Amino acid sequence: MGKRKVATTAEIDALGARTVKLGDKEIALFRLTDGEVLALENRCPHKGGKLSEGMVCGGTVHCPLHDWRIDLRTGSALEPDEGCTGVYGVEVDPASGAVYLLEE
Amino acid sequence: MTQKKKLVMVGNGMAGVRTIEHLLKLAPGAYEITVFGAEPHPNYNRILLSSVLAGGADLKDIVLNDWDWYEENGIRLFAGHAVEKIDTKNRVVISHKGTAVKYDALILATGSNPFMLPLPGADKEGVIAFRDIQDCETMMETSRSYRKAVVIGGGLLGLEAARGLLHLGMDVNVVHIHPYLMERQLDETASRMLQRELEAQGMKFLLQKHSESIYGRKRVKGLRFTDGTDVEADLIVMAVGIRPNVALAQASGIETNRGIVVNDYMETNIDSVYAVGECAEHRGIAYGLVAPLYEQGAVLAKRLAGVETAGYAGSVTSTKLKVSGVDVFSAGAYEGPPGTRSLRYQDEVEGVYKKIVIRGDRLAGAVLFGDTGDGAKLFSLIKSGESIQGREKELLLGFSPSGGAVSPESRLEAMAGDEIVCGCNGVSKDAILDAIHNKGCGTVGAIKACTKASGSCGGCKPQVEGLLKLYGGENAGAPVKEGICGCTSLDRDEIVAEIKRMELRSVREVMHVLGWSQPEGCSKCRPALNYYLGMLWPEEYQDEKESRFTNERYHANIQKDGTYSVVPRIYGGVTNPAELKKIAETAEKFGVPLVKITGGQRIDLLGVKKEDLPKMWEELGMPSGYAYGKALRTVKTCVGNTFCRFGTQDSIAMGIRLEKEFERLNTPAKVKLAVSGCPRNCAEATIKDFGVVAIDGGWELHVGGNGGVHVRATDLLCVVKTEDEVVEWAGAFLQYYRENAQWNERTSVWIERVGLDSVRKALEKPEERKALYGRIRVALSRSADPWEQIIRNPELRKNFETLNAAVPAQG
Ligand code: SRM
Ligand SMILES: Cc1cc2nc3c(=O)[nH]c(=O)nc-3n(C[C@H](O)[C@H](O)[C@H](O)COP(=O)(O)OP(=O)(O)OC[C@H]3O[C@@H](n4cnc5c(N)ncnc54)[C@H](O)[C@@H]3O)c2cc1C
Ligand code: SF4
Ligand code: FES
Repeated sequence: MGKRKVATTAEIDALGARTVKLGDKEIALFRLTDGEVLALENRCPHKGGKLSEGMVCGGTVHCPLHDWRIDLRTGSALEPDEGCTGVYGVEVDPASGAVYLLEE
Repeated sequence: MTQKKKLVMVGNGMAGVRTIEHLLKLAPGAYEITVFGAEPHPNYNRILLSSVLAGGADLKDIVLNDWDWYEENGIRLFAGHAVEKIDTKNRVVISHKGTAVKYDALILATGSNPFMLPLPGADKEGVIAFRDIQDCETMMETSRSYRKAVVIGGGLLGLEAARGLLHLGMDVNVVHIHPYLMERQLDETASRMLQRELEAQGMKFLLQKHSESIYGRKRVKGLRFTDGTDVEADLIVMAVGIRPNVALAQASGIETNRGIVVNDYMETNIDSVYAVGECAEHRGIAYGLVAPLYEQGAVLAKRLAGVETAGYAGSVTSTKLKVSGVDVFSAGAYEGPPGTRSLRYQDEVEGVYKKIVIRGDRLAGAVLFGDTGDGAKLFSLIKSGESIQGREKELLLGFSPSGGAVSPESRLEAMAGDEIVCGCNGVSKDAILDAIHNKGCGTVGAIKACTKASGSCGGCKPQVEGLLKLYGGENAGAPVKEGICGCTSLDRDEIVAEIKRMELRSVREVMHVLGWSQPEGCSKCRPALNYYLGMLWPEEYQDEKESRFTNERYHANIQKDGTYSVVPRIYGGVTNPAELKKIAETAEKFGVPLVKITGGQRIDLLGVKKEDLPKMWEELGMPSGYAYGKALRTVKTCVGNTFCRFGTQDSIAMGIRLEKEFERLNTPAKVKLAVSGCPRNCAEATIKDFGVVAIDGGWELHVGGNGGVHVRATDLLCVVKTEDEVVEWAGAFLQYYRENAQWNERTSVWIERVGLDSVRKALEKPEERKALYGRIRVALSRSADPWEQIIRNPELRKNFETLNAAVPAQG
């Protein structure tokens, strides 16, 4: 397993998101109110909306296109919608604020 | 002991067993029941075979009546027995295994057979239909060792089969004889949208292809077409139609046509022999969907139980395509037969297509693609046959009067009690509410068990869940107070009053102090609170960009594919060659795919990548047109007395002045203005939120118009003499609207709610008008052009850029 530095926490606004490309995948990094950073594949399971542009509320993001709610920890759409997008492991170095994406 | 009558049923499928279930309820113990089923399974949900293939259900989950059910109800089941012979004289049926059973009443419920194209080679291994568990198992097994699948037939069944095969990892080609898919439900445009969606999921299509023969040795190798081309295949699934299964009836001297001919009581021409389900033909129609079959079953059960009943009078049907990611609904006379007229709505951006078919003043049919939320409502109108005169467009668009698309909750709330939620089982909203309130159902499963809603195709499950959520709280039954969203029970006025009283200063604080159920709110309340706070504390409040919608955060309209559009301000619709050149050059430099003149008299650059936005704004050097915001949009003008022979005033100058005065203003919903130079009103001022019409020696001020979903002409507010007065009245009106309307409420809806008189009263007195105008100036004085801000501020600008990933480190 490898890890890759993709950002520092300062680069992601609280309740905001940034994106990073890994190969042909786009990954969205979200920062929650408490500073936690979570990563999902940047594709809504509904019609591919860019989740990075959605509104973050607690541990979920509202997709900008049709307002599905996606759980940032599991990548699953909340009821009544169904579907799932990829979840990526994230590690934050508390000292430097470096954000690492974990790769299988 | 009285002798029980003997009831025998041939066919252990959905329609037949449903009839038996009914009968057991109506007349328990009246019959000694025997059922013959050719399949070696208890009754299962055939509809869900599509879901089994597509991974949404397991074969063991789709059983409707398990073995125990037969036993508990004293039903003798011969599963795996096909009935071969009916002796109607001696009233005996005989199965292929030789089992003979006498009957007093006989139900034929033999369903349909899939129609197999009689192609040379159709008997090869690997050529199957899609009808039963065995077909499903064959597909799953084949997918383990083979890759290439071909489905013949691009209708509902074929596409569901193809979707399932894709899920199983096969490479799937769908062969269709017509130029486009589902031609019976959709017209060409909608069908193309569907095709695009399915292609995006990986399906491939061979359209307008006539199959000629199937080649291969023992096992199929491919399919050849009449045009000489061919496609390789390890598996061919034929889904080209079904035929009522009448062979047994025919051989037994029972009258058949396409199906087994029955009257309104499901009686055949032979005494004591009934038919129900897909095998039956009633008034010339053999149905292929469960809802009408269940209706037939209910009538037959009553007949057998000796309960008085009206006859079966035929059904209007509706159907859905059960493929995830694509929603297709059709009902009634959706093809638009002669004597009907139809209305269509097509939105290629969102991928939505709607068609309603009207006969006289009634709704006769409907097709929905992409957004099928209105399906139940339209279907119930088709069935009720009530007049829809004057509502046609509303039904087509399916929007609420507030302008935005209707939320699923409000749609459910607005639904009439007798409206059918579950089309397959004919379960109304009231029946579901009854289950929730009076029968203690607290889960979808319990509601399903109690009412059958969502028990067949499952398409209505979201609605059932929604109803449960809406009406099933702890205090089910008690009227629930409506909050601005699911996070609170407080309404707009209560919230605004509390913010003022307690001097709350941030969205978090409001949610915390007022006891929000979701600590960080939702996409409905957060922008609303952000707006109310900004309106109440214009000088101190720090706007929270994280509580604004995407469009207002990126200062552009997001599009389906994640690109954006750029609309710079063109004050009053007046531009010049230099500005046009700048726009043209920018469009060229950034390869903008579409440049369009908008309906608001300005230019839209569409299809822009997010990371290009700040660069383009910089290049353009023009202010934001706020084409994305709950804010002042455009001020349309006509030529006015500058050139026009009828013009009475300088409408262009007036329009530009208004636009410069109020640009960047945040409002509860978008606000549009227009100024016309004379009552011919070429700027369409009387469908604007604030419209100005010049007259000789003065200006008429009109308010509360809307040209959107629900067209509303303005009300005349007053007539004034000078340009300064126009500006002051406009400012006072807009500020009064800002302070009193609900978030997301356009002026048209607001005025209808509060009444023109209350607005007039508030603006009448010069000192109050001036005070309102003063307050709007304060709000405006704090605003700045957002594009400019983003260009200059790296902290804001970074959000438009992609991060760079470092070379991986070993961990
Ligand atoms: C670009 C434009 C169409 C065009 O090419 O002409 C347009 C484009 C959109 N309109 Fe509009 N409207 C445009 C003029 C209009 C007009 C005509 C006008 O302003 O004179 C109307 C009817 C007048 C009115 O609003 O009273 C109009 C009534 C709507 C409505 C219905 C509003 C209502 O209250 O009923 C919506 C939906 C909404 O706001 O919820 C809407 C929503 C939209 C959105 C923002 C849909 C969305 O949320 O993504 C469209 C963005 C498309 C995109 O992807 O960029 N658009 N829209 C026009 C921009 C004008 C401009 O220069 O700013
Ligand atoms: C994949 C698929 C998806 C579908 N999706 C939908 C949908 O979304 N919505 C919808 O409304 N409908 C759908 N349908 C149609 C629906 O399943 C049928 O309309 C319904 O099952 C018909 O019920 P039935 O009882 O008439 O026939 P069946 O359910 O077919 O039952 C007839 C039974 O009789 C048996 N039989 C026949 N002859 C004999 C004999 N001589 N002796 C003993 N047994 C015999 C057969 O083996 C069969 O088991 C779908 C069908 C399929 C195949
Ligand atoms: S631009 Fe307006 S009318 Fe046209 S499709 Fe979009 S929202 Fe509808
Ligand atoms: S694409 Fe995400 S909700 Fe539709």
